[in-house]
Amino acid sequence: MEIPYTITARPDTGLWNAKVGIWLFLASEVMLFGGLFSGYVFLRLGADSGYWPHGLLNVPVGTMNTAILISSSVTVVFAWAALKMRQFTRYRIYMALTIFCGILFLIVKLAYEWPQKFDHFGVYIKPSALEKYEPYLGNQHLAQEGLPPRYEISGHLHEEEKDSYRIAVDAVNADPDNRDNDRPHFWYRQPTEKIAIVDKEDVEHASMFVPRHSSYFAIYFTITGLHGLHVLAGVLVFIYYMLPVSTRLYRENPEHLANRVEVAGLFWHFVDLVWIFVFPIFYLL
Amino acid sequence: MSTPNETKPAGHDVGHDTHEDVSKHVKLYLTVGGTLLLCTGLTVALSFVNFNEWFGQGRNWNIIIAMILATFKAGLVAAIFMHLLHEKWTIYRFLLLTVFFVAGLFALSVLAFSDHIHQ
Repeated sequence: MEIPYTITARPDTGLWNAKVGIWLFLASEVMLFGGLFSGYVFLRLGADSGYWPHGLLNVPVGTMNTAILISSSVTVVFAWAALKMRQFTRYRIYMALTIFCGILFLIVKLAYEWPQKFDHFGVYIKPSALEKYEPYLGNQHLAQEGLPPRYEISGHLHEEEKDSYRIAVDAVNADPDNRDNDRPHFWYRQPTEKIAIVDKEDVEHASMFVPRHSSYFAIYFTITGLHGLHVLAGVLVFIYYMLPVSTRLYRENPEHLANRVEVAGLFWHFVDLVWIFVFPIFYLL
Repeated sequence: MSTPNETKPAGHDVGHDTHEDVSKHVKLYLTVGGTLLLCTGLTVALSFVNFNEWFGQGRNWNIIIAMILATFKAGLVAAIFMHLLHEKWTIYRFLLLTVFFVAGLFALSVLAFSDHIHQ
């Protein structure tokens, strides 16, 4: 069956069909991610003072991934432009670069950033026991500075005993009164050698940095996970555009392939656009 | 697998974007890409400045500034990379509806915290 209006405009819409299709799909995607971002706003507004974490993610790595995704948006539009100019070899080079960027983004996210979080541990201290752990929380200092209190002691779980956790604490908990620790740092800091012993009876909630840790990580893993799936989907479609079946299409009808690449490119730019908001709200703010 | 000839395959027109049109755009795409990278660096740098010390504690100025920059970047991607600057009215119609409904979604979250007694 011949699919109509693949390269010529349909008279009533003034567009070839795939363009209409992708924009309808992207409109539904805006609602999907819009709902999740709205959920983020809801969770953040509802978080009690001191319960929305800051500075837990690796900013240089996040910045690098942002640059990778922006670069891939440029290469995919170059791939499309090369096809429009009937430069097939250049098209394949730009498409390969786009696929490379997409895979690199996923590797950084899934093989480095996420596992680093899964390996991190935190305990929220019960309000009644906060004073006992003041040397790790520094709440008197924070109150003097007019900053929200700290409730969590985090770091690497050194050992879990029957009644307590031994934690190699993060720099913030190792020196909580230091003004240098009042605001997040650009460079990621590994947990220190300092060990805190936290009695289990003083702990409100203990977990690794996984979705159940907090509303913050729940929405972080949901949004970045869904975004990662979109990157994967984009990469798979781009790989299809490198296969012999697409080369054959180019030979038979190059404009049809150019339009396919344009449609997938629109999806890819949307994925980039979502990340432009994901990056600051989770990594920086 | 052989690479098809670089020259224009016979029998098909280039479409409504001519060769010259597209080659002119390539420079623009590069400029936009560069601007996006610069804005990313700027967003990161500004996030480590405590704007509330400058403008007062009433609002979280860092969030406002970061969101303005992100919206500008998203606007560039949509307008130039996604060709929304020169698109057909059909698509603008879809998007106007989407903007309306997504604004409603955000309004729901914000409304959930509104309280007419405790301002």
